[in-house]
Amino acid sequence: MTTTTKKEIQRKSFNWNTFQKDAAPYVFVSPFFILFAIFGLLPIVFSLVLAFSSWNSAAGLSTMKFVGLSNFTYVLAEPEFRTTIYNTLWIAIVSGLPQHMVAIPLAYILHTQVKRFKHFFTAAFLVPYVTSTVAIAIVISVLFSEQRGIVNQFLLWLNDFPILGSIIPDKDGENYIKWTFDRNYTKPLLCILIFWRYFGYNTVLYLAGLQTISSDIYEAAEVDGASRIQQFWYITLPLLRPIAYFATIGTVVGNLNLFDEVLILLSGPPAGGQDHSGETIGYYLYYNAFIANDMGAAAAVAWLLFILVLIITVLTNLAFGRSANSTEA
Amino acid sequence: MKKALGLFVVLALGSAAQAATLTINCFSNLNEPIEAAIPMWKKLHPDVDIKVNTLNYGDHHNALTTALATGSGAGDVACVEIGFVAKFGESGGLEDLTKSPYSAKQYQNLITGYAWAQASNPDGGMFVFPVDIAPGTLFYRDDILKKAGVSTASLTKSWESYIDAGKKIKAATGAYLLHNAGFIARAYVRANIAAGESLYFDAKGNPVLNSARFVKAAQLAKAARDAKIDANVGEWSPEWTDGLNKGKIATQPFGAWFEGTMHGVVPETSGKWRAADLPGKSYATWGGSFLAVPKQSKQKDLAWEFIKFYALNKDVQLNSFKAISALPSLKAAQNSPLMRQPVEFLGGQTTARTMWVRAANNTRPFDANKYDAVADDAFGAALTKILNDGADIKGALDEAQALVERRVKRGN
Repeated sequence: MTTTTKKEIQRKSFNWNTFQKDAAPYVFVSPFFILFAIFGLLPIVFSLVLAFSSWNSAAGLSTMKFVGLSNFTYVLAEPEFRTTIYNTLWIAIVSGLPQHMVAIPLAYILHTQVKRFKHFFTAAFLVPYVTSTVAIAIVISVLFSEQRGIVNQFLLWLNDFPILGSIIPDKDGENYIKWTFDRNYTKPLLCILIFWRYFGYNTVLYLAGLQTISSDIYEAAEVDGASRIQQFWYITLPLLRPIAYFATIGTVVGNLNLFDEVLILLSGPPAGGQDHSGETIGYYLYYNAFIANDMGAAAAVAWLLFILVLIITVLTNLAFGRSANSTEA
Repeated sequence: MKKALGLFVVLALGSAAQAATLTINCFSNLNEPIEAAIPMWKKLHPDVDIKVNTLNYGDHHNALTTALATGSGAGDVACVEIGFVAKFGESGGLEDLTKSPYSAKQYQNLITGYAWAQASNPDGGMFVFPVDIAPGTLFYRDDILKKAGVSTASLTKSWESYIDAGKKIKAATGAYLLHNAGFIARAYVRANIAAGESLYFDAKGNPVLNSARFVKAAQLAKAARDAKIDANVGEWSPEWTDGLNKGKIATQPFGAWFEGTMHGVVPETSGKWRAADLPGKSYATWGGSFLAVPKQSKQKDLAWEFIKFYALNKDVQLNSFKAISALPSLKAAQNSPLMRQPVEFLGGQTTARTMWVRAANNTRPFDANKYDAVADDAFGAALTKILNDGADIKGALDEAQALVERRVKRGN
């Protein structure tokens, strides 16, 4: 390997071939950096500037004015913003945890028990994940429709049974559950949607993780007389930790950014569900930008959301401990 | 060779003089009457093609916001619904049509008064041009009313008699008076705007969400809810269309355009509906569409030419009316014999259209406000609290008022 000093470069006359050789790698990687600068970096910087400005978006860039921290103080003082943080965290936890509690055993069963049709099941679980949110939300809104929805009809039907009838109070069909409206049901409804949509994706992730665990370990454990449950508990779970870490971070970030499901499912009236009960931070951001026409506040919400995601990601990181990072998946 | 060269020159010249294309960015279903007008336009301007880009209501207005912010993509003519007139009108991204070369003021007398007022800013600028109007009306099921022995006069005499009629209808037929009690409040605040006020704001731009008008509106809504005469479902929901279809809902206050919408939503009920003035002979506007020339348009003259063609030509306006039943804003078109023809969907009612035209011309003009959407959302939330949670009327309205005040104070 030869090293070239600055002086040598200066002395050398310009050589096109050498230049080509030196420059080629940069030219080849440049499309990424150019695209990232335009579509990644620029919007980030712009939204940061916007968070400290007031801007009438319909009037063009010339109306942008620096307003200091007022966007942040305004948003933080709004009761609605606090409601959306509470909603977002509620939905993130209630829809997030069950995804993993179902996905891990399911992946384990698929990996160890199912020999034939394994790919069929994997694909079937992935279908909700790859389908568009709009289609999913429409299916859910039809299923959970107040009077014609199959879910409410099913609950009504359960009333015919002597024991269930006393648990399910609605006997006459007058007081159907207003899933997309009633404040008690909007968040659970969103959680059902998100769980259904993403548990399959997590199952596939865990399945991939399981396939990386060497069968030698299981064989050794079997020789030592470990039962299947012991194997799952003491071998599978610890070795799945890096994958679990990755999947959990994905769930955390995804659930905190929840937006389109709310927009389509709880379009109202009132939008976001009764008393903002299903409104997430993502939707509140959209509301500020496109309904209240307050781009500054929307950008401030975006950065507050970023800080929240950062904090929770760090907490998740701590919960998994350092080993998650150091162990290779 | 010479021939070939000659042909080439002709082709080259031909392509240079080729038809210009005027782009119209629109929301559905305003695109339908505009598309229906294209053949008439082509007769006058065979050399100018029209391309209509259509998005749904929300997406179109969001896209227009982005296009005006970035300076491209707004098209040569932009459609604007009443809910967005103030937002875009005060933005500075659209051409002021009162200025030269447009000088739109000369056409003021030709257009329905309140629509002109809606299009104008308090400072006299005008950034959108009215193309259709939407007077408020009360649609009712004639068969259900007859069954319940309720006359149209007692249904619409006053807001209180409307609710009383609802009780009779429920007792006699089991049908609800309307889909949601909150809609009575929404209709009432529209129909009783005091001079100098707009829908949610006073002349100075301060919200009036806790004023007497809103308190009365909420009281009426609560009276209807307490009497259990509303189905308590949201408009545009499957339950709503189901209720309208099966005769479970007896009346529907809305803009006159809903007659056109019903053809698609509840076609089986054709002939059973009638239209009347809103209760208490009150007049309100419930919608309305406008066209604008974005500053970024490269063909402003042509764009203005199209707007004049669409809004000021009687035949075009009537053609549009036939397409989606949106009433013409052009007064000359309102006097057409077409307006006195029986409306099949309304059981052959011949008075409906003239009634709407009269209602529109009796509607008190008021400005649109750029915080209308925020105020509308806040009022809706307050109504939900009052009707569903039994919240105190004054308290809920004060809360809504405070929320909108905070927004207005920010002055974005």
